[in-house]
Amino acid sequence: MSIIHTENLTKTYDSGAVKVHALNDVSIDIAPGEFTAIVGPSGSGKTTLLNIIGGLDTPSSGRIVIDGTDITRLSDGQMIDFRLNNIGFVFQSYNLIPVLTARENVEFIMLMQKWDKKKRETRATEMLQSVGLGDQIDRRPSQLSGGQQQRVAVARALASGPKFVLADEPTANLDSASTSNLLDIMANLNAQLGTTFVFSTHDQRVIDRARRVITLEDGKILSDETR
Amino acid sequence: MYLKLAWRNIWRKKWRSLITLGSIAFAVFFAVLMRSMQLGMYDKMIDNVVRFWSGYAQIHAKGYQDEQTLDNSMVWDETLMQKASETKHVQAAIPRLEGFALGSSGQLTKGTLVVGSDFPLEEKMLDLAGKVVSGNIPGPDDKGVLIGTGLAEYFQLEAGDTLILLGQGYHGASAAGKYPVTGVAKFSSIQLNDNLVMLPLKEAQWFYGAENRVTSISLMVESQGQTPGVVKALRSQLDEGQYEVLDWKEMMPELVQTIQADSVGGQIMLFILYMVITFGMFGTVLMMTAERKYEFGVLVSIGMRRLKIAFTLFLETILMSVVGALMGGLLALPIVYYVAAHPIPLSGQSAQAMEKFGFEAVIVPSTDPNIMLTHGFIIVVIALFISLYPAWNVKRLEAVKAMRR
Repeated sequence: MSIIHTENLTKTYDSGAVKVHALNDVSIDIAPGEFTAIVGPSGSGKTTLLNIIGGLDTPSSGRIVIDGTDITRLSDGQMIDFRLNNIGFVFQSYNLIPVLTARENVEFIMLMQKWDKKKRETRATEMLQSVGLGDQIDRRPSQLSGGQQQRVAVARALASGPKFVLADEPTANLDSASTSNLLDIMANLNAQLGTTFVFSTHDQRVIDRARRVITLEDGKILSDETR
Repeated sequence: MYLKLAWRNIWRKKWRSLITLGSIAFAVFFAVLMRSMQLGMYDKMIDNVVRFWSGYAQIHAKGYQDEQTLDNSMVWDETLMQKASETKHVQAAIPRLEGFALGSSGQLTKGTLVVGSDFPLEEKMLDLAGKVVSGNIPGPDDKGVLIGTGLAEYFQLEAGDTLILLGQGYHGASAAGKYPVTGVAKFSSIQLNDNLVMLPLKEAQWFYGAENRVTSISLMVESQGQTPGVVKALRSQLDEGQYEVLDWKEMMPELVQTIQADSVGGQIMLFILYMVITFGMFGTVLMMTAERKYEFGVLVSIGMRRLKIAFTLFLETILMSVVGALMGGLLALPIVYYVAAHPIPLSGQSAQAMEKFGFEAVIVPSTDPNIMLTHGFIIVVIALFISLYPAWNVKRLEAVKAMRR
């Protein structure tokens, strides 16, 4: 049983006379607990695929079924709630809320899930400890390094207990040490908690750590290799 | 946490928020100050003319309001007086006989308002003892007059001098009399000061040939707000075919119009001020929305409902406007209270201009807390209106496009 199932996904951008096929008949299945990298050169459709799987964008045709729910049939409001409760996001630019502390950033997602205050605080602290930031919980994003911010983002993504985490080029803005540290954390979480991770990346260091690598080129799957 | 988030977001651009807060505070400060002065002036005017002269309501013979002549006076009636003075919230009921006569002294003549009244009762309304600047108040059976300082100045009269009155009395009878000035009083209304001659009621009835008649019973009510109730109660008790009971707004529509006309000018000024502030606030919100489009995209991506984002933005706008309004109000209040305690007398041309329109040339602001509440409320309504823009923007937001740098 796959947690992510896409069926003949196509995404076409129509800019007047020119039609750009960002995705062309992409069908994939990702099982729970996978640590998958979607790779390919710029413009190959990695981010588009991730956006569509995350319900941020809609396909021109095809179906996406997440844990049994066809998300192409959900309304905007239902999709937002679905994302909140099922999908964790890690972005290239961390995208933390600048005016909130690390703990508040992690708590924020649980606030939207209507967790009570005490539970939120405990869980946020635990999540930050699990990414090695137990001593930085009251710092704001501007007081943290890029690597630390990305670790907060991972903690935020996991705080709500999602079915899987989508990470769009998570190491693109990080130095080697931070990249290595982040990958260790994500690999540990994957191994210990069974959290499913799907990355889009062209960072060889991430590709090397992935257990499954799906290569895209011109919107099509070029290869799908499990190690 | 939404409140915390909104508050911290305000201070992300410290200077811009301070400038916006400053402009809101200034608007409220200016509006409260200006409106307090203006309403204070009206209150003073109403006090001078209504509370210290006509009363908040009067009982007349039917038809007197439309044609204010002695011929439309009514018989002084003990039962009527009793009903009037025993009505709830009525502090005093004062019978008066009013008419006009030509006043003369030496080579000078002037039209005067000659009013006969019950001086002991009048004391409750006019506070006559405190207004007499020279001489005395005539006794009930005295044959003497109390005149305003303006009139005394015009005729160059002092207590003990004589004033000749000549006019027309009840049913065309000639009214003529030579009266010693027993006292000179400074009334708060300029018009009264310049024209009023007061006689004991009995003497006025004799002067006008209107024995046992009065033109009005002026009612002093505990507070202005109780007037409608008093008027209603009296109307239900008295014979509508014989009497009319009117409140001061019905008796003096010209005073109401003067206030309304003057007030509109102030309201236009405030409208312009608020328009400027609205655009200033809107500019801030516009910039803030544009700058944070990316962030809104992220929030939608991670699962924040658009309505909640709009709510946070709404909180930001409301917080900013409430803080600004409070600052403005708190800055204005000490000034308002100080000037209310220490009224500023005007002089020169500005004083003359005010007196020309019947206003006393003194600035006494109103300390009514509703003024600040009203202007704070206006700012909050403006903020509510402005917060529709980011809400609309967030509703239309496409997360993927918003996050494309």
